[in-house]
Amino acid sequence: MQKRQVLKAILPLALGLFAAQAFAQNAPFKIGFILPMTGQSASTGRQIEAAAKLYMAQNGSTVAGRKIELIIKDDAGVADSTRRIAQELVVNDKVDVLAGFGLTPLAMATAPIATQAKVPMVVTAAATSVITTASPYIVRTSFTLPQAAVAMGEWAGKNKIKKVVTLVTDYAPGIDAEKFFKSQFLLNGGEIVAEIRSPLRSPDFAPFLQRVRDAKPDAVFVFLPSGQGAAFMKQFAERGLDKSGIKLIGTGDITDDDQLNDMGDVALGVVTAQHYSASHNSPTNKKFVQAFEAANKFRPNFMAVAGYDGMRVIYKALEATKGKGGGDDLLAAMKGQVFESPRGQVMIDAQTRDVVHDIYIRKVERVNGQLWNQEFDVQKAVKDPGKLGAK
Amino acid sequence: MLTLLFDGIAYGMLLFVLSVGLAVTMGLMNFINLAHGAFAMAGGYTTVLLMNRLGVPFLATLPLAFLFTAILGAAFERTLYRPMYNRPHLDQVLFSIGLVFMAVTGVDYIIGSQQQMISVPSWLQGRFDLADVGIGKYRLFIIVVCGLLTVALQMILSRTRFGSRLRAAVDDPRVAQGLGINVNQVFLLTFAVGSGLAGLGGALGAEVLGLEPIFPLKFMVYFLIVVSVGGTTTITGPLLAALLLGIADVFGKYYAPKLGAFIVYALMIAILTWRPQGLFGQKGSK
Repeated sequence: MQKRQVLKAILPLALGLFAAQAFAQNAPFKIGFILPMTGQSASTGRQIEAAAKLYMAQNGSTVAGRKIELIIKDDAGVADSTRRIAQELVVNDKVDVLAGFGLTPLAMATAPIATQAKVPMVVTAAATSVITTASPYIVRTSFTLPQAAVAMGEWAGKNKIKKVVTLVTDYAPGIDAEKFFKSQFLLNGGEIVAEIRSPLRSPDFAPFLQRVRDAKPDAVFVFLPSGQGAAFMKQFAERGLDKSGIKLIGTGDITDDDQLNDMGDVALGVVTAQHYSASHNSPTNKKFVQAFEAANKFRPNFMAVAGYDGMRVIYKALEATKGKGGGDDLLAAMKGQVFESPRGQVMIDAQTRDVVHDIYIRKVERVNGQLWNQEFDVQKAVKDPGKLGAK
Repeated sequence: MLTLLFDGIAYGMLLFVLSVGLAVTMGLMNFINLAHGAFAMAGGYTTVLLMNRLGVPFLATLPLAFLFTAILGAAFERTLYRPMYNRPHLDQVLFSIGLVFMAVTGVDYIIGSQQQMISVPSWLQGRFDLADVGIGKYRLFIIVVCGLLTVALQMILSRTRFGSRLRAAVDDPRVAQGLGINVNQVFLLTFAVGSGLAGLGGALGAEVLGLEPIFPLKFMVYFLIVVSVGGTTTITGPLLAALLLGIADVFGKYYAPKLGAFIVYALMIAILTWRPQGLFGQKGSK
């Protein structure tokens, strides 16, 4: 009698559990992308969205028996919104992976949520070195500014550039770029004449550029968030700096492929260091650029390739868990992935969960009537220098 | 040094044209129109779209930007603004800020949120040196256009019949109506011109300030600072305020970049503590 009652109580419970398990296997696998689709960094969101959709179109929307569902939310580049949206995605939508994050503060604001909920967070844009240390659940497929800045410092030091003014946007990535460019450049015998930081929301670059002009350096090293390069380049020319013999060097953000053609001849000859150029000469990239341009009206930039690779990392991780998912298992499967990306060979470092890739030195040239970042030098398999020092 | 002064003046002039329309509606018509920036943005987008999609030359787009925004302003005045004239200021603020958000989202949806680029004709590009002062050609152009506008505005307000009618209509609409002045028409025209000026400012500023859907929100603070520092009862007040702010902003960013944009706010606080009614505002005016 008693036994039967216990059994009666347990049986539905067990059945229920079993059903839930089976249900989880067939439930869609949700990827919540939080991107700035409006506001100052909207081009970042637009690029990553297009790339993620392209990846799905090319690789199917079912992985290991589970349907992939892409949820794209706009945070307009405001950290408070990012955090709130991440919370909603985790609690209400029960997403399996968070992805996106256009700017450093946005990624940093969300990191605690990823840790608490044990949800992997794939950063496909924000590029401050420190981000991946903010949570053990963060994996990055974009790049880090120290990677690009150090490569530029190395190149500048070896190419007859002696005096440099740095001009960066005053927030974490800018300060990263400034710091790592400086240390590498000084090591190569260069001299920094002035360090200028401009506010994140500066409508007018005139006073900063005038200071650059008055300091008469050989070159000015510039970092600006993606999307602001064109406005800057315009004022650079307006001030006559292009004709005064001051070279413009920087990380690839200023000659963003997305806007490069709008900049016009001013951009010619600008030398930058970055992990991706749409003109990268490899069959994988040619296919990628062709498909991307066919699906959209614009050229992919380094943000797009990060979004594309981010999707790849998520897909392969889900495949490795045989469709089961689960935060820790996914994370383990993301670590150490090595693959051929449109940008070249890419590895997700198992220890730092950060991306390791080649950094190219490029120069803007006109090819077939269009402006491109033409790669002419490369540093192979660059790890994030920001983390080398910490260890 | 003088180059900086020149840049500051150009920036200030641009701020002036952008905000003078607001000074007119706010000071003369006594209406708090926070949607002013949306009209400026409309003018900017008129220029950008005409140039980039239809290939209209830059100079020709300027009057068109003015005209289009003025018509837009007139249509809005007729339909949306007029019922709000007698409402309390808080209602006006809420109403117009709502318009701003609708404009931001609307433009974002229709045109897209990316920065818009225009290329001004080559004779306006680059710069030349005049006795050691580097002068950006486009900035010089802005100063000239804005200077002419200021003179014209001042003349209209103080010397013409329309100016005196407007002042009469503002001071006491009922008596003005009784004297045979068509108050509604005067207000309509004034609002249209104010919006048109904003549109022209937006068109001129597209090259220097950039243009994107959040433009009205990004620059709202600047408009309000110019108007509150300058006072709303004259044209010269906002002009001087705009120049002061433009120059302070440029100099501040050059000599003390660490303080960045804060200089402008510090200056505003200092002036408003000293003269709460604005530099040229009259005490006790409404």
